Amino acid sequence: MITALVTIVVLAALAGVASVATAGAPREISLADRIDALLPQTQCRRCTFEGCRPYAEAIARGAADINQCPPGGERTAKALAGLMGVEPKPVGKEFGVVPDHPAVAFIEEDACIGCTKCIQACPVDAIVGASRHMHTVIAADCTGCELCIPPCPVDCIVMRPAPAVAR
Amino acid sequence: MTARELLAGGLRIEAHKQRSTKAPIRAASLVERYVIPLDQHSGLPAVPLVKPADRVRMWQPIAQPAPGISAWLHAPVSGEVIAIEPRPAPHRMGAPTLSIVIANDGRDERFDNAAAIVSFEQISPNEACEHIARGGIVGLGGAAFPTANKLESSLCENGPQLLLNGAECEPYISCDEVLMRERAEDIVFGARALLHALCSPNCTIAIEDDVPEAQAALRQAVDKAADPRVRIKVVPAIYPAGGERQLIATVFDAEVPHDGLPADIGVVCQNVGTAAAIARWIRDGQPLVSRIVTVTGDGVREAGNWETRIGTPFSSLIADCGGYTERMSRLIMGGSMMGTSLSHDDLPVVKATNCIIAASALDLQPRGLEMPCIRCGNCSQVCPAFLLPQQLHWYLQPFDGGQLARHGLLDCIECGCCDYVCPSQIPLVERFREAKPLLTRELDAHLSAHAARARFLARNERLARLEAEHRAKLAEKRRPKNEPTS
Repeated sequence: MITALVTIVVLAALAGVASVATAGAPREISLADRIDALLPQTQCRRCTFEGCRPYAEAIARGAADINQCPPGGERTAKALAGLMGVEPKPVGKEFGVVPDHPAVAFIEEDACIGCTKCIQACPVDAIVGASRHMHTVIAADCTGCELCIPPCPVDCIVMRPAPAVAR
Repeated sequence: MTARELLAGGLRIEAHKQRSTKAPIRAASLVERYVIPLDQHSGLPAVPLVKPADRVRMWQPIAQPAPGISAWLHAPVSGEVIAIEPRPAPHRMGAPTLSIVIANDGRDERFDNAAAIVSFEQISPNEACEHIARGGIVGLGGAAFPTANKLESSLCENGPQLLLNGAECEPYISCDEVLMRERAEDIVFGARALLHALCSPNCTIAIEDDVPEAQAALRQAVDKAADPRVRIKVVPAIYPAGGERQLIATVFDAEVPHDGLPADIGVVCQNVGTAAAIARWIRDGQPLVSRIVTVTGDGVREAGNWETRIGTPFSSLIADCGGYTERMSRLIMGGSMMGTSLSHDDLPVVKATNCIIAASALDLQPRGLEMPCIRCGNCSQVCPAFLLPQQLHWYLQPFDGGQLARHGLLDCIECGCCDYVCPSQIPLVERFREAKPLLTRELDAHLSAHAARARFLARNERLARLEAEHRAKLAEKRRPKNEPTS
């Protein structure tokens, strides 16, 4: 009995020493980092958070469920469930529909009035243009988040199938 | 490292080549219609230069390369363009692809391309590359990669070493062997043209040790050319000795990086057939409108090698061989290890068609029922790419992209050695071939997610900085003028 207690105390002390020793080492990979690595990085905010990273942090502290990411679909939900050790479940309908194909935004350039509102809305700086000049979406950088669509005053942004990756 | 350590696996398998090498190369019969698929080379489909009802002459350019990696196409006969429409193609496993259809008028009126005949030593290496492109030359080893694109991407300061691949390791195929026997001079001529185009210091022609007649003919041609830059290297006939990476390891004792190209270690590899095609173009003005096709197997009456114009239907070649035997069971384009099965023979010969096998059950035993993997590890012992096929198979069910990438799925050369030795008859290569595009897509998605995250974080940082600057300015304004600034 006493031996066991002593062992526990010694182990606890050792663990304490170990944690002090690692405190100065480079930042270890946190749970939020690992969750973030599984997210599609669309930054679409359909999960109700301000981007993929904030959603990852919310899952890590238990403030969000694993089924709030429509762009990631079933795969992401499954991977998140695996990481968090919970039962997988389908993406919640209230967060939006899971897209069949990846899409990117496209600006119909004849209609664009150059208001810059979409540029400000784009979370990944994938739209170029200047005030009173035509804007355009860099298709390779667009994540298909659709955040640029509501601010456009002339409705000149449409979603199109993503171009195939050239190899 | 020695070549021994760089080489692993492989198989000694029955070559089945005697049947098709008994007779010399014969010319295939001409047919009424030639079908020329626009996408028969690697890269982008060529763009037609003709339209239906146009008259074309033999050797006339009929399609030009699209920007990027692509190749010229030429008319194999004179006649009339009757259609540009989707037609079934062998390199698409019988799926239709846009093709130019030419009705042969039987006159073989030549297109005047006297300007094509050049003395290659008079032109600069860059011009030589361009000239080779205009001949529609693509790699004839099977992948049909446009030769000029390969040469341009291989140009380096001191010139890469040239390796001519005459190691025709796959069973049944003998088109390169008969080419080396009968047209060794063309090969040496093409080798010297390639040396010039690449500013290359030397050329090694690799040939297997089981083809003595071809070796003798090649030696004679090399001696006759008396060019000290060209040498012959005999390599052991172990399948897949003629794989590009395996051959480079054998000949140069050097390993091509798994994510790189032979050019990264200063080597350019070309098939001997490609060299001979270059010789015909530079010396005779004949673009790549025909190639040697091996037709063999127990399913045809008389096997042989045929000088065949591109666009000739397989059925015509089979007829030249005396038709099918009653034992015929499967039609395959390519060799027995890496070839693709085809459902019918109404398909045109393309630049990549090196061999047509009409196989009987004696040639290729039908695959037995697939059994579970028993983890015997035979596959990893024969894998020439140093992979563990049993592990790749494991990670395919269910698909685990991370592990597949880590275990080098994309380095699989699809040689079929693992299939050959698998006691459970698992179609491993077929699975790997299907999984490769999925994995590539997943890795691409991963890379673009990484880039999107970086841009998102950079943007947030920028917005925070602008906000801070704005606040600082406001605070500056609000401060009373008389207060001393600290």
